[in-house]
Amino acid sequence: MKSGIKAGIIVFPGTNCDIDTRRACEFYGWQTEFIWHDEKNLDKYDVIFLPGGFSYGDYIRAGRLAKFSPAVMALKDYVKAKRGFVIGICNGFQVLCETKLLPGILSTNTNTKFICEEVELSVNHEGFPGTVKFAIAHGEGRYIADEAVLEEIVAKNMLFLRYNDNPNGSALDIAGLYDKENKIIGMMPHPERGIFAETGNTDGRYFFEMLERELNKNLCACKYTACSQAEEY
Amino acid sequence: MQTMELYKALGLTDCEYEEIKNRLGREPNELETYLFSAMWSEHCGYKHSRNYLSLFPSGGAVSHGENAGGVQIGDHVAVFKVESHNHPSAVEPFQGAATGIGGIVRDILAIGARPVALLDSLKFGKITDNFSKHIFDGVVHGISHYGNCIGVPTVAGEVNFDESYGDSPLVNVMCAGIVHKDKIRSACAAAGMTVIAVGSHTGRDGIHGASFASKELSENSREDRPSVQVGDPFIKKVLIEATLEILDLEEVQSCQDFGAAGLLSSSSEMAFKGECGINLYLDKVHLREEGMQPWEIMLSESQERMLFIVEPAGTQKVLDIADKYDIPASIIGETTDSGRYRLFWHEEIKADLPPEILAESVKYTLNDQEPGYINQFRNKKLEGTTEIEIAVGKLVSDPNFASKKWVYRQYDHTVGTRTALKPGESGAAGIWLHEEDGVIGLTIDSNPRQVFLNPYEGGRTSIWEACRNLISSGFEPMGMTNCLNYGNPEKDEVAYQFIKSVEGLAQACKEADIPVVSGNVSFYNESPERRVYPTPSIGLVGYVDSPGKTIKSSFKSGETLILTGKDIDDNSNIGGSLYHRTLYDFIGGEIDSVDAKLEEGLKQLIFTLRDQKLLEGCVDVSEGGLFGAVFEGIKNGNTGFTGSIINIADKEKALFGEITGRYVISTKEPEKVLQVLSSEDIPHRKLGVCEDNKLEFDGYSFNLAQLYYLYDRSIDLEMNE
Repeated sequence: MKSGIKAGIIVFPGTNCDIDTRRACEFYGWQTEFIWHDEKNLDKYDVIFLPGGFSYGDYIRAGRLAKFSPAVMALKDYVKAKRGFVIGICNGFQVLCETKLLPGILSTNTNTKFICEEVELSVNHEGFPGTVKFAIAHGEGRYIADEAVLEEIVAKNMLFLRYNDNPNGSALDIAGLYDKENKIIGMMPHPERGIFAETGNTDGRYFFEMLERELNKNLCACKYTACSQAEEY
Repeated sequence: MQTMELYKALGLTDCEYEEIKNRLGREPNELETYLFSAMWSEHCGYKHSRNYLSLFPSGGAVSHGENAGGVQIGDHVAVFKVESHNHPSAVEPFQGAATGIGGIVRDILAIGARPVALLDSLKFGKITDNFSKHIFDGVVHGISHYGNCIGVPTVAGEVNFDESYGDSPLVNVMCAGIVHKDKIRSACAAAGMTVIAVGSHTGRDGIHGASFASKELSENSREDRPSVQVGDPFIKKVLIEATLEILDLEEVQSCQDFGAAGLLSSSSEMAFKGECGINLYLDKVHLREEGMQPWEIMLSESQERMLFIVEPAGTQKVLDIADKYDIPASIIGETTDSGRYRLFWHEEIKADLPPEILAESVKYTLNDQEPGYINQFRNKKLEGTTEIEIAVGKLVSDPNFASKKWVYRQYDHTVGTRTALKPGESGAAGIWLHEEDGVIGLTIDSNPRQVFLNPYEGGRTSIWEACRNLISSGFEPMGMTNCLNYGNPEKDEVAYQFIKSVEGLAQACKEADIPVVSGNVSFYNESPERRVYPTPSIGLVGYVDSPGKTIKSSFKSGETLILTGKDIDDNSNIGGSLYHRTLYDFIGGEIDSVDAKLEEGLKQLIFTLRDQKLLEGCVDVSEGGLFGAVFEGIKNGNTGFTGSIINIADKEKALFGEITGRYVISTKEPEKVLQVLSSEDIPHRKLGVCEDNKLEFDGYSFNLAQLYYLYDRSIDLEMNE
């Protein structure tokens, strides 16, 4: 079944969850394209994914170098224009924070080691069960921010995902943030790894189905504005 | 230095040098002497092993004799190979292990396959020893850093700790890839093509890596640090994508990775296999350091480089793809019909010889007389007993038996969204082949203590135990790869261990009807004080045609446990059992011998029970014996057990003794299963029932929560000290 949703996945040198993210999008019939990191215009996409991986090798600090790429520069315009949704997963969340599109930063896990496992998360959003299980796989996933920022996150209701049993030392058990005003979601867990029953976890579908509902709302609202512009490409 | 002295300094013997002169019909010049020293090293030339490796059956394998071989599954081929990085890891564990992954991934890539899974077999000295702890920590960190970064999941492996590896740790890494059968590439070159090097700049790192890996480690080995290469997983990840895109070009004829002995071995093997000539212009190679000499460029083992043989019309396309990924590339030569391997340096010819002399080193015949230790250890008798409660506590907290979560939690094992059976879920890992809607089973396993006590039977045991890992997870074994880790083959004991175990491995592969698709040999794993146990690591790949048909190694509350296959009796041979080592620091006695017919029968039985939906969980009985299998299953299913395990007077032997040919299965319908077992004439014994929060058998009762804590945390606690 073809959907009207156009998804773009930004691929940096070193990105490694690009194919997984595309398979998840295509599972829902979305028209999905990879966007090479030197792309300068993202207007034709309803949703942009910053997938997991080690963009530019994650030298200096995870996500640090990606912010200088043309695609991420274009992403800022995309957000400013409120064109569509931006989803940063794992390294993508790190890039969003380094770019200041989301507050705070992600630092080395408290045990100093890479952690890969399925974790239980509490979700603060309608359409989700109280607890979901997503995979995490990161060495730098400890969310930190100063007190004022944390208070703001709570006040603005941005706490999207929280660890039930905090594995990495994140402040307020934060696993993911949702800036509803700017339509930006960043999270360390990997919902795209929870789509196919064959891999033993389908909880990621809650996330993609929520996104699909939001995107469909958005598609209707912008039918005569942004989308008609996008036809030109 | 005169070439006469040079060859000795480079590790060639007088005899080998004579042979080179005979074959060449002249003295090799200085550069050529360097070439021979690398290509005729054990690492590249397999001179002590080639005679014996021909025993391995290869019928049914795809791409046998290439960088890696494989087995066909529908329209696809699963390509796989295991390789060692033992010597570098002993000196520099983080980089050594990391570059080990880099190397094996390039082998898979050279076939045109996308790497989809990594496995590793790791052996260290005692975990309580600080040096071994440091190596263990560094190796796991290296694998984690590199594997996670390139986006290939590390899905399974084995980790063992034993004094024999105290000076010579073993780091064997296996990679599996998937490629459409029509897209497989060969490392064979033809005349009239362009030779292009793509990837990192060539530097001085890793020079003499091949000859470094071909000698014993000593106190001075740490001074060999420059022989260890440094890897960059970021460049590797980019190189993977670029290589796969380049191999999609029709004009690309073949591909070879820069492995041991770098440009030299990749280019000379291509020419040798393609029976063509090759001209290389070494001043065209992109270099990292100034002033590098031709021999250094030829022998450099700088990481992240690939060599392509391309029709001239496709040259620009290859350069364009490299440019897109910001990877340096240079045209460095061409293939010819001269049949000569020629190296040029600023238009001057520096080496000119037939490639076959380089590629085909001398072959040695080893002494196969039984060494004295075999009889001496066979006749050793174990003395003493241990209270069962104490024995159980010691076994579950032995790092060889305990949970390896500390290790696999550091590996990204779910990237790729193919992992159908995760670490700790089953006897083997499962990689979902969604292209065919089936699951590939993967395992890597070894039985060094058994091979030490009886190399031939130990070899057979190693294959069949790896088969049981696959079968217990629901997979039909399809193909084998191996990494054969031994001491110095010039010593008679080692020569015997090698020959006999290879014979045993080959025999078992024939019995189980699985081809050997690829392999690797690592000798000289010894120091003046210690030699490793003969350790053939067996990598097996299997398949099942539906994701619903895999089996987990967990037993659930209410299920009945049944032992199927051989039962232990007073006369069973249980030499090499883990509990001997754990409780008594003892190794000796005779080992059990595999009954191939029974193994085949058990495989059919397990698949039948699964297909009739009578089977819930399955654990093959290996280290830790029957108790170990029951414990593993109930731990994975988070339940307990009540029933009877002990069937003979020697309780420790009954609980922990290791023999071949048996599985513990769990079922919700014991009556029906027992009926099938009787009608199929399979030996069996009902053990008991899974009951939450309890561990009671034969009058013994245990604090289950405490045992689970010890099992879960023992490595953790040791490493966090």
